[in-house]
Amino acid sequence: MADRSMISIHGISKYYGPYPAVSSLSLEIGGGEFFSLLGPSGCGKTTLLRMIAGFVEPTDGSIRIDGQDVTGTPPNRRPTNMVFQNYAIFPHLNVEENVGYGLKRLRLDKTEEKRRIGEALEQVRLSTLGSRKAHELSGGQRQRVALARALVMRPKVLLLDEPLSALDKKLREQMQVELRSLQQAVGITFILVTHDQYEALAMSDRIAVMFAGKLAQVATPKEIYQRPVNRQVADFLGGMNFLSATVTGDANGKVAARTDIFGDVVLEKPPGFTATEGKVTLGMRPERLRLLWEGETAPKEIQGTVSNRHYFGETTHLSIAVDGLSAPLSIIETNNYGADDLPIGADVRLAYDPDALVLLAE
Amino acid sequence: MTAVAEPSLPPATARQWRRSEEARGLALISPTFLYALALLFLPVLIVFLYSFWTQDYLTIDRTFTLENYRQALGEPIYQDLLARSLYISLTVSVITVVLSYPIAWFISFHGGLNKNFWLFVITIPCWTSYLLRVMSWKVILGYQGVMNTGLMKLGIIEQPLTSLLYNANAVIITLVHSWAAFAILPIFISLEKIDRSLIEAAADLGDGPIRRFFRIVLPLSMPGVISAFLIVMIPTVGDYVTPQLVGGKEGVMIASAIQANFGKAANWPLGAALSVTTMVIVTLLAGAIVLGLRLVVRGIR
Amino acid sequence: MSGRLRLLPVFVAAYLLFLYAPILLIPIFSFNNAASTTFPLAGFTWKWYVTLAGNTVMLDAARNSLIVGVSVSILATLFGICAARAITRYDFRGKRLTSGLIMAPLFLPEIIVAISLLMIVLAMGAELSLLTVILGQTVFCIPYSMAVLVSGFEGFDRSLEEASQDLGETAFGTFRRVTLPVVAPAILSSLLVAFTISLDEFILAFFLTGTQQTLPVYIWGQLRFAAKLPSVLALGSLMLLASVFLLTLAEIFRRRAESRKILQEVPHG
Repeated sequence: MADRSMISIHGISKYYGPYPAVSSLSLEIGGGEFFSLLGPSGCGKTTLLRMIAGFVEPTDGSIRIDGQDVTGTPPNRRPTNMVFQNYAIFPHLNVEENVGYGLKRLRLDKTEEKRRIGEALEQVRLSTLGSRKAHELSGGQRQRVALARALVMRPKVLLLDEPLSALDKKLREQMQVELRSLQQAVGITFILVTHDQYEALAMSDRIAVMFAGKLAQVATPKEIYQRPVNRQVADFLGGMNFLSATVTGDANGKVAARTDIFGDVVLEKPPGFTATEGKVTLGMRPERLRLLWEGETAPKEIQGTVSNRHYFGETTHLSIAVDGLSAPLSIIETNNYGADDLPIGADVRLAYDPDALVLLAE
Repeated sequence: MTAVAEPSLPPATARQWRRSEEARGLALISPTFLYALALLFLPVLIVFLYSFWTQDYLTIDRTFTLENYRQALGEPIYQDLLARSLYISLTVSVITVVLSYPIAWFISFHGGLNKNFWLFVITIPCWTSYLLRVMSWKVILGYQGVMNTGLMKLGIIEQPLTSLLYNANAVIITLVHSWAAFAILPIFISLEKIDRSLIEAAADLGDGPIRRFFRIVLPLSMPGVISAFLIVMIPTVGDYVTPQLVGGKEGVMIASAIQANFGKAANWPLGAALSVTTMVIVTLLAGAIVLGLRLVVRGIR
Repeated sequence: MSGRLRLLPVFVAAYLLFLYAPILLIPIFSFNNAASTTFPLAGFTWKWYVTLAGNTVMLDAARNSLIVGVSVSILATLFGICAARAITRYDFRGKRLTSGLIMAPLFLPEIIVAISLLMIVLAMGAELSLLTVILGQTVFCIPYSMAVLVSGFEGFDRSLEEASQDLGETAFGTFRRVTLPVVAPAILSSLLVAFTISLDEFILAFFLTGTQQTLPVYIWGQLRFAAKLPSVLALGSLMLLASVFLLTLAEIFRRRAESRKILQEVPHG
């Protein structure tokens, strides 16, 4: 990540009447970063993206791109380019004309223009389709044309508005890998908006999780997944077991608590954590609990019975009822050892990774 | 896609409003709107005003009076004309809508890939010259016209029928022919909007084709039927060309009286009063029919 | 449904016959070698068409119709473009009211539109002329233009314009390079439709014209003379031909406009 921030957002707000789509948001995104804005529908991530692009005027705050204040600048004069959610391919132009659309204003000489278009098409692996008409393209091909059209302009920042949501699963996964390697090859900042947590986790250098117009957490994928700051973030990214515990001590940025099944633990305090006594919420990811099969043991074991079982092909999700817990624990097992055959009601023993326990702000 | 609801409350400052969507929209539509205002609304308003004045040769007396309406509504000749015009336009509308519905149905449900083609073929006649079409009926229905000479040639009749032309029936047939295609379009559009899976669901729940039609298709296509009614009924009540050419003495409609008052008789206020009266009455009648149709639909449950 | 199926096509065929037969009689009798329109036909002849060529009054009327038609089609389309763009692109208070007024001529008897315009022109002391015809017919044609243009503008993907701006184009450049090409077929269609309607329109022309006639007004004048009927039929056939030709062109353009917008569907692949 570059030292100097490519995008500096200060106190950005957008109000529609009394309704805040984005409120007082500040963010720094570095050059060459693959940055994702992640959140549920209506959280303001697309509004934020469109403010960076220039299609929405902020009610408050400022945006700087590469040191320059662009808050009042219209979209056609910003050093950003966008890949639209429905690709917005010009229907009356063919592939080459689409990709070269923005170059026309630069009045390059013909050979240079052709060269750049060819270069962009190669980057997205569409070199052979230059003369194809717009309506002859498949969804995945259109997406690449939209990418090439934006990249050929050599923007400082590429903005992507849920670019993969219209594609089917297999194609989506393939494009995720391609987008990531494309970004690394080109080396510029990509800002991606998505509601799909796996997509964000797979592609990003850093993720900003948003709820209701505000930032909840900004960190690397691993950070966000393993150390979510609060319940909302934890719940949004993948499954989570929530357990309650009682605070027993609080010192040096760590909190000591007594749990029902994990004994006494000492955990890092996440930012925004205010409780000093009483009940708190802990989180444990399902995949960090594992079944102990015949003959296996662990230093700390949890006893339980299988209350539900869902088969997912590669894995089986099991619900394990445990004495003392109000809700069953969720665990995920691969099917190598027969997890998919465990009968309901079977007695099982679980081991867990104590480092995976996380203290959550509310 | 993020569904950020954008409730459009007016922005705080005048400057923001000027740049806003609303201002741009209003600005764009204003040339057309102002043109329609000046050349449609204003003239009609003036007609309305004139209906309360009197004309003495070339001078207009602007004292308010209801004399014109007394004539328009009271004199038997105008009552006759009005009644006949309403009767004709109502008959034409009913016949047109009833005939057009199956055609619209055919195109919508059996048109397949060629729907546009069918629509085009069926509506093109109605976009040719109205005058020419009425003329063609004069040719057909005349004493020595196609119908008579053809029937005589075939030996079906010995003397030419005089009852074909120059009466209300001739007007009705000609108007039905001219306006038929206008009725098809609205009905077609509303039939197209019907979600086919609704009809399939009705079949799945046990309804046969007739029940499916009356319980699902007809009610859902009613807005189109109503549109078709209005599109035919209101303009035909004031039709001028058809009664003049094929109506004779028995098929005269109110438009002749209106035109006469603007031509030689030069009694603009009376002509205006007749126009207003016609419009009001036909609108009331149309409203009654729309209400009636809606009640029928509600009754179908 | 099969019982109904067999009845329906027969009905449709009969309906088409009912629609077209009367109109087809006009060209049929225009080639008929007789002065009256009776069966049986009396032999084929071009003579009625030939007389048209030397008919200076008629040719004048044709020239007037052309002038009026072109003017009306351009005016109605320009007005229609503004209004259609406003309606499909923007949300504003009074949208229903304004578009309702603009579309009102469709739901009014033509004679009322005609006399009201006549009154206002004469009340202002102006003279009736081709100009008054043009102004009147424009009001009448705008709803038809609007119908074509609105369906051409509707569903126009707004993100196409945003993409153009994002790639550096100005607002006017966007309109020229993206919006216009995509809606061009609809605009052409509107021009053709408005021209055809104006060409065939009688009542407004009849009431609002001064000394200069349009073709329909000329025809009306000729209808009093039974002897002139065949040559009127010849003229009518030519007008029918022109109308059908122009409307077919308009339909082709309208379909092209539709196909330009079908890119909204994103196929899988």
